[in-house]
Amino acid sequence: MFLWGANPRENHPIIYHHILKGIHNGVKLYAVDPRRTPSAQWADVWLGVNVGTDIALANAMARVIIHEGLVNEDFIARATTGYDAYRSAVEPYTLEHAESVTGVPADVIREAAITYAKAKRAVICWTLGITEHHNAADNVFALINLALLTGHVGRYGSGLSPLRGQNNVQGGGDMGALPNKLVGFQDPLDSDIKTRFEQAWGVTLPDHYGWNVSQMFEAMHRGDLTGMYVIGENPAQSEADQHHARKALEGLEHLVVQDIFLTPTAQLAHVVLPAAASWCESEGTVTNSERRVQRVHRALTPPGAARDEMWIVAQIAKRLGHDWGTPQAEPVWDEVRRLAPNMFGGMSYRRLEELNGIQWPCPDESDPGALFLHGRLWAEPRGGKPAPFTPVEYEPPVEMPDADYPFQLTTGRRLDSYNTGVQSGGYASPLRRREALDLAPEDAARLGVADGDMVRITSRRGSVEAPVHVEPNMRAGVVFMTLHNQDDVRVNVLTIDATDPKSGTAEFKACAVRVEPLGQTAVAGGH
Amino acid sequence: MDLHFSDAKPTAEERRAVDAVLGAPASAWDGAEQRSARDGHVAFAGHAARAQRHLLLPALHALQSAVGWISEGGLTHVCTRLAVPPAEAWGVVTFYGLFSTTPRPGRVLHVCDDIACRARGAKPIMEALEQAVGPAHEAPDGDAVQVGDAAWVRTPCLGLCDHAPAALFTVAGDAPVERSVGPIAPDDAVQAVTQGHLPEQPRRPHPQDGDASLRLLRRVGSVDPTDLAAYEATGGYQALRRALELGPDAVIREVVASGLKGRGGAAFPTGRKWEAVAGQAARPRYVICNADESEPGTFKDRVLLEGDPFAIIESMTIAAFAVGAAHGYVYVRGEYPLAIARLEEAIERARTAGWLGGDVGGKGMHFDVEVRKGAGAYICGEETAVFNSIEGFRGEPRNKPPFPVEAGLFRKPTLVNNVETLANIPSIVLDGGAAFAKIGTEESTGTKLFCLCGAVERPGVYEVPFGATLGELIDLAGVPAGAGVKAVLLGGAAGMFVKGDERDIALTFEGARAAGVTLGSGVIMVFDERADLVDTVLRIAEFFRDESCGQCVPCRVGTVRQEEALHRIAARRTLGGLQSELHLLEDVGAAMKDASICGLGQTAYSAVESAIKRLGLLQEISR
Repeated sequence: MFLWGANPRENHPIIYHHILKGIHNGVKLYAVDPRRTPSAQWADVWLGVNVGTDIALANAMARVIIHEGLVNEDFIARATTGYDAYRSAVEPYTLEHAESVTGVPADVIREAAITYAKAKRAVICWTLGITEHHNAADNVFALINLALLTGHVGRYGSGLSPLRGQNNVQGGGDMGALPNKLVGFQDPLDSDIKTRFEQAWGVTLPDHYGWNVSQMFEAMHRGDLTGMYVIGENPAQSEADQHHARKALEGLEHLVVQDIFLTPTAQLAHVVLPAAASWCESEGTVTNSERRVQRVHRALTPPGAARDEMWIVAQIAKRLGHDWGTPQAEPVWDEVRRLAPNMFGGMSYRRLEELNGIQWPCPDESDPGALFLHGRLWAEPRGGKPAPFTPVEYEPPVEMPDADYPFQLTTGRRLDSYNTGVQSGGYASPLRRREALDLAPEDAARLGVADGDMVRITSRRGSVEAPVHVEPNMRAGVVFMTLHNQDDVRVNVLTIDATDPKSGTAEFKACAVRVEPLGQTAVAGGH
Repeated sequence: MDLHFSDAKPTAEERRAVDAVLGAPASAWDGAEQRSARDGHVAFAGHAARAQRHLLLPALHALQSAVGWISEGGLTHVCTRLAVPPAEAWGVVTFYGLFSTTPRPGRVLHVCDDIACRARGAKPIMEALEQAVGPAHEAPDGDAVQVGDAAWVRTPCLGLCDHAPAALFTVAGDAPVERSVGPIAPDDAVQAVTQGHLPEQPRRPHPQDGDASLRLLRRVGSVDPTDLAAYEATGGYQALRRALELGPDAVIREVVASGLKGRGGAAFPTGRKWEAVAGQAARPRYVICNADESEPGTFKDRVLLEGDPFAIIESMTIAAFAVGAAHGYVYVRGEYPLAIARLEEAIERARTAGWLGGDVGGKGMHFDVEVRKGAGAYICGEETAVFNSIEGFRGEPRNKPPFPVEAGLFRKPTLVNNVETLANIPSIVLDGGAAFAKIGTEESTGTKLFCLCGAVERPGVYEVPFGATLGELIDLAGVPAGAGVKAVLLGGAAGMFVKGDERDIALTFEGARAAGVTLGSGVIMVFDERADLVDTVLRIAEFFRDESCGQCVPCRVGTVRQEEALHRIAARRTLGGLQSELHLLEDVGAAMKDASICGLGQTAYSAVESAIKRLGLLQEISR
């Protein structure tokens, strides 16, 4: 198993529980991460890449696999396209080149590649270490290429697994909460699909995709977007280059925020709609990392004026001239099943209860659900279209350290807190310490600072102050902060809004900063 | 495990001691002082790191014997090296009596304070030490305590009851000293602590020295235990040669036919154990020689290990050949430094001569033996506790099933045999199981070693064919004229008292059963009319309370309640009267017997119960 740009020990504790079972059963674990995270400490081998050099590593591994004659030729022939172009593309990624780019010793890269290729079963899991880069999609393609090269996909125990950061990220996508997809990942510009939805809903759908969040913020800056309805997000703190993002939100003519907390974004809003908590005060479903759709039951009555989100949406629709009545969870879900029958057709509420959830796709009521995807690539004859290799080239992060900003700041999360802290900050944790700048002992010595000493961290976009935490699991030249305590330390003031054009994700994982000791020590203790 | 280390750093001395055992660290992640550039980009840990856990106990010994205690920095270094969470390692350190987690002087005299030595002059030694040096060393409260150069401590049975009163002398440092001595005079004890000087004192010959009819003890005292040639000249390695000719199945058949039963105390048929291990599908398999002889009053295995170590190694090799094991461990209690040294020397010589290693006896068999040193824990003699101790965990017994033959050391099929049990193997292989079965009685075959100690003239190990009576054994050791025998403790602290006049008890497995007693490990501890039996019973109760591993409630709570009740009775401050205390003891005893996981708890009431019921101890107190 490869954990690539993922720290599930802290950030995905539930699935890590399962990973631990695998480890106890003998799984050999490789962790690719600039930091030796708690997950990486469990690994048999930690490959401490330089920040943002994943493609160089993946391509070099591919080259080793090709040169060692370990490619899965049968699989490549039967199920893929574009192998020759890929082979030529990775050829310049020699071990020497990869070592100089990634910092990982050549012998270690070679061993990892050979082990991955020779394994009977192998999984690559990734999360934000791969996707929070300006070339996020290319990073993902680099990993997909490795799986295609070795046939580690579409089989029991082998595959590619982007771990989801919360219980229903997958469900949001499933339901079409994406600017270019309808429910069940259907393309709204496909005329058949568009017609089907228009007939079902009795409306005309736009003939263009929507904007992703990054594009929305660009539109706000241009003045093309003047009103916003934010549901369960906190962009005032979660967006990169926070000064810039906040200015955009403050410039809106009308901002509506629907949330269970009065977040800093909600504090900027013209209207706040208090919502029921979807995991305990509402009926419905969620979809987890393994595509398992599960029923959620209402256990509590929402407090005060908080309302079920379905009700709120229907009320807004009503005031916009569409009377949807008072929608209930099960009929809404049945409509989802009708409109995306290939994905959810067989998932009645009754079956979801009986089977403790079902993994999509599940087209009809006799289908048990799918344990893994892409098995079609191995079917005889192969089902569907072949899987394309997508050659990608290494590109360094947009902002690299230089004489003025000599450190590379990478951001992430810790076990005890969640994202911007909206859901976790209000609760005490014995593990939590106040926000601090993690840095390597060598850098601490060079700067003459110790645990608790205050420093100013400055990027081209802004500056924050925080105490230092000397962290032996950091490498010199790299510093780390979280986004959990933005009320105290607004880390996203520093981060760069360099966005991947394909996915719309900003490069939270890499920007250049300067660290200056302030000559004072922080008051001890957390909060 | 998630590893969280404190900032405590090892001293150069501690680092050197640990790295001498574990080898130089490969990287800063593995405990090296300096981080290399490579360390910033790669770390190896995971399965390989966690697989080193079994080195925890040897590494802790290295710290203890280098600096005299185990500091936070030293422990952190060990934990870094072995990928063990410090909290877990702390649990292991504090499990063992010989490890100190607080600063302690480098030079320590451990004075035996157990039943046999108490009966033979331990108290005057401790009084002399108290007068000359002060009270026994105790863990200091708080930290930053100055400790002096030397101290003395009380210790449970050192297995030198034939040399009572006994002591263990340890000096930490680059060339650490560990020496067990006895009998020790009060002046010598004081001098050892104050001057660091303790005269060399060879072991006394065993009482039957020179008796040509002995089978197990025949080389002890007469053949140099460090001389492999002398061992071979007196029949050594003939049995292994024969075994290699016979083949594994035939060897096991002979052991089954011999009727040999385990000599550690449980008397399980040895041949059946061997068959069971050989019949397992799983590999690898292990052979363990259980030399954690810690039952108070027992010292027979020490005599064999010190006096004839090659015989134990040869026997283990035969066992390994029979059951298909390639790796063996001798688990020796830490209080036996001479036995450990002799074994290690013998193993080295056997290896050099090709009797261990990749081609044993030139027949292509692969077998090697490692000595693992205990650290002061009675419970580690329990056969499953041995596994946990070797594996680097607290020496807590495991639930059975699975039995050791299926899932023992490292959860693999394991043969665990006691030292004396193994010592019988060569003659069984050479003479055949049938010949062996003719010795002794039908149910108790062969000869047996008995540990005579206490109020006898010639304490020591006696080898007799099964069938002798208690009276005959006592007469062999001799009771001083005019000193009547008041009571005898059979089988050690986990055994039972009988009255001095129960001389006719046949010391066979069946005879003991018929008399309602146990042979246990072969202890015959004699108490004369002057003996303070109340003190002895209180000491036994204290022993069990102290040695309970604390894993299961009946034993953890029961041993405490039992000791408290006995103290109240002895002090004539009973709660609710004597009868009520007696009921309490009965209740607690029954709970321990029925519900404890292992033999420690199950027998913790045996000696107390027999003292009350057989000897009438309570009447004596209330008289």
